[in-house]
Formats: sequence, C-alpha cells, structure tokens
Amino acid sequence: MQAVGFTLWVCALGTLFILPAGIGLAWLLARREFRGKSLVETAAMLPLVLPPVATGLILLRLCGRNGVVGAFFEHWFDTPIVFTWRAVVLTTGIMAFPLLLRSARVAFQEVPPRFEHVARTLGAGEWRVFRRITLPLARRGIVSGVVLAYARALGEFGATILVAGNIPGKTATISLAIYHAVQLGQDAVAFRLVAVSAAIAFAAIWTSEFVLRRGRPA
Amino acid sequence: MKLELRNVVLPLGEFALEVDFELQGPVTAVCGPSGAGKTSLLELIAGLRTARTARITLDGRVLQDTDTGAWTPVRDRGIGYVPQDLALFPHLPVHANIAFGAAAKGAPGAFTPEHVAEVLEIAPLLERGISRLSGGEKQRVAIARALLARPRLLLLDEPMAGLDAKLRARVRDLLQRLYREFGVPMLFVSHSLDEIAALGNEVLGLERGRLAHLERQPGPAVFPPAGPAPKPYT
Repeated sequence: MQAVGFTLWVCALGTLFILPAGIGLAWLLARREFRGKSLVETAAMLPLVLPPVATGLILLRLCGRNGVVGAFFEHWFDTPIVFTWRAVVLTTGIMAFPLLLRSARVAFQEVPPRFEHVARTLGAGEWRVFRRITLPLARRGIVSGVVLAYARALGEFGATILVAGNIPGKTATISLAIYHAVQLGQDAVAFRLVAVSAAIAFAAIWTSEFVLRRGRPA
Repeated sequence: MKLELRNVVLPLGEFALEVDFELQGPVTAVCGPSGAGKTSLLELIAGLRTARTARITLDGRVLQDTDTGAWTPVRDRGIGYVPQDLALFPHLPVHANIAFGAAAKGAPGAFTPEHVAEVLEIAPLLERGISRLSGGEKQRVAIARALLARPRLLLLDEPMAGLDAKLRARVRDLLQRLYREFGVPMLFVSHSLDEIAALGNEVLGLERGRLAHLERQPGPAVFPPAGPAPKPYT
C-alpha cells in the first residue's frame, strides 16, 4: 500500500509540472493565430494516441544519461532522471498533458472575447487581462482538466515502466505494483490495489464533472 | 474634442464602412438602420477593429494611420467603451468591476469610485454580484466602470436599448448629469430620435456603411459646445 501514497504524491507533482505549459499553450491555441499552429497542436496531442511504450522509449532516450535532457539535468543538478521518482513525475505529467491541454483550450475558447476587449479599453495590459479576466472565467474548465489529467497520470503504466522502472518503494506506482503483484501470483494484493485505484479514478472523474456542472448556467 | 476619421475603409461582409469625416462633439449621436455599421464604427474608434485603410486621430493623437503603420494599442487610447450587452465581468462584484479601469491607471484623481458611484446612484450596489442587478443597474455600473478609467471620449452603444420608457428617461437624465459633472465627450449609437434630440448636439447618420448626413444642432442647453466655436464640417 506504500505505492498508493507514492502514486498520489508523484502524480500531483506531475500534474503541477505540466500546469504552466498546459495553460500557456492552451491560451495560445485558443486566442492566437500563428504559423505552424496545427503542427504544434498535433504534436502536443501525440502522447494521447501514441502507444505509451513508444512515448516512454522517446523519453528514455531524451532523459537518459546521454540524452539531451538527461545530460543537461545531471550537469546542473548532479543527479539522474531515469529510474528515479523524477522520471515518474516527468512521464506521468507528459502522458497527462493532452487531457489538460484539451480541457483548458476549450475553457479559454468559451470565454467571450468581448470581456477581454472591454478590459483593454479600461487600460489593462495583456497579462492583466489574462490574470483578472480570462483565467478566472476559464477556471472551471481548467480545474476539470487538471483533475482529468491527474486521473490519467494515476493510471499511467507503459511509459512509466520504461523510464522509471519498477523499483518498489522508489518508483513503483499503483499500476506498476498491480502488474508486479500479478506477476508474483499475489491476486489478493493486486485486487486490493485495483479497488483503491478504481475509487481514486471514480472520485477524480466525479469531481471533474461536478466542477463543470457547477459552471454551466441553469 | 476633435475626432477625425479620414479615408476609412473597413470591410464588413456584404459592404464596407467607408467614411471620411470630423466630429467635434461634445455629444455625438450616431444613428441609422440596423446593420448600417454603427457598432463597427464604435469598435473601430475603440481599436477593437482594424480598418484596411484609415487615418484616425483623437485631439491630434494618431490612433491608426495605415499609411505610416501607426497604431495606438486599445489600452493606451483612453477611450471608454460601453457595448450594447455591457460586458460586465460576471465573476467580479460591482465594486471590483468599476475599479477595474481605475486600478489599471493608478491613482483615480478626480474620478473617485465614491463620487462616480454617487452620481450614478450605484453606491448601495457596490457589494452585489452582477447577476443580482437589474437591467438599469447594470447599465449604470457599466458606465461607471468606463468613466473611472478617465476616458478622453466615451463610446456608448445603444445605451437605452431594452429599457422601458421610464428607465430610458432616467438614463437620459443621467447622461446629461454625467456630462455636466465630468465633462467627458460622448459618442453614442441610437435608434431613437427622442434620444438624439435630447442628448446629441451633433448627429451622424450612417446607411450601409456610408455617411448619410452629419449635422450639428444648436443642442440643448445641458450640452453647450465645449471650447471655441465649431469649425464647419468637411
């Protein structure tokens, strides 16, 4: 059951890790036209459709000791990424990114631009318009996206096992622990973990729907 | 107030807004049938639309000049805009709505929230949420919000649309009081001839994006022309 606490914690970090980029990119895609926009959009959605193992392999190459990101990280922080809890944060975050991006983008698109127009006529700069008008009006869709992304991170398996390994007490998430228990023939342990993850997933999706419903006009 | 719109071409779907005129205010009514381009004209002046060609200046300051590429960003224009749907920020209470422009510009100066709220009779509403306001109250809050940003020109799109006769008369009185109290030039869109006669000392008619007429009335005493005698229109 140690895996449960570890999973809840690293997935929260993973979701936090993607939050600034997810919200920033979602706003750009919703509000700005630029060259290569559809390319950026498609690339950002890739983790949703690529086999998780394929995404994991790409991340392993990038974040390994000889990879661009891994070497950079090790040079500056004197510690590796792969096969550590940091790899779990990174992988679960990247796998959950498309869900956050999609929800946040729709949330921004649903904010009527006229509020932003009027805010500008009142002397507000772009950052103030975003912080005081756009973001608060899109908050429900964004919160819903965060919860969905968190739920997706909790269930991540394929990419995580490649990049973080399955080290009990160090990188083993609920999904990896279930797999491990099944491999050892410990069905009772596996089903207990399944029950816990089902409860967490149910709570996450229910919360997401609840937040969205509250935001809809009656 | 001197607002010049020269050589304006702004495509609007089936036709284009094509105008060339100068306004001196202080209170200008823009009238014309639905779809004539009245709201687009206000949005163009506010900077919410970009003309294909135009040279627009307000009191000598260039807002847009397509020949030189000059463009004053919306937030730096000092032009207040009250759209027809008011666009009050639904997540902010009344006091935060009206303080939005004042906060963006630093110290409020003569336009204090207290004074504006008093003149517009919204002082008791300051703590309320937007959804708990009546149509007339929303109207006054939207005008207060625009005024507190200390605009050099206030644009009002159909300020009396959707209000009953009693409320219309009240808003009319209020606008007259506002001009007397704050001296902010206004340019408003209206369908109603009563409204124009009571408020505007300058009337601009639009039809399918073209200038149909532009005339200066002697104007009611409450709106004496500000500054030196007006020049003839060109």
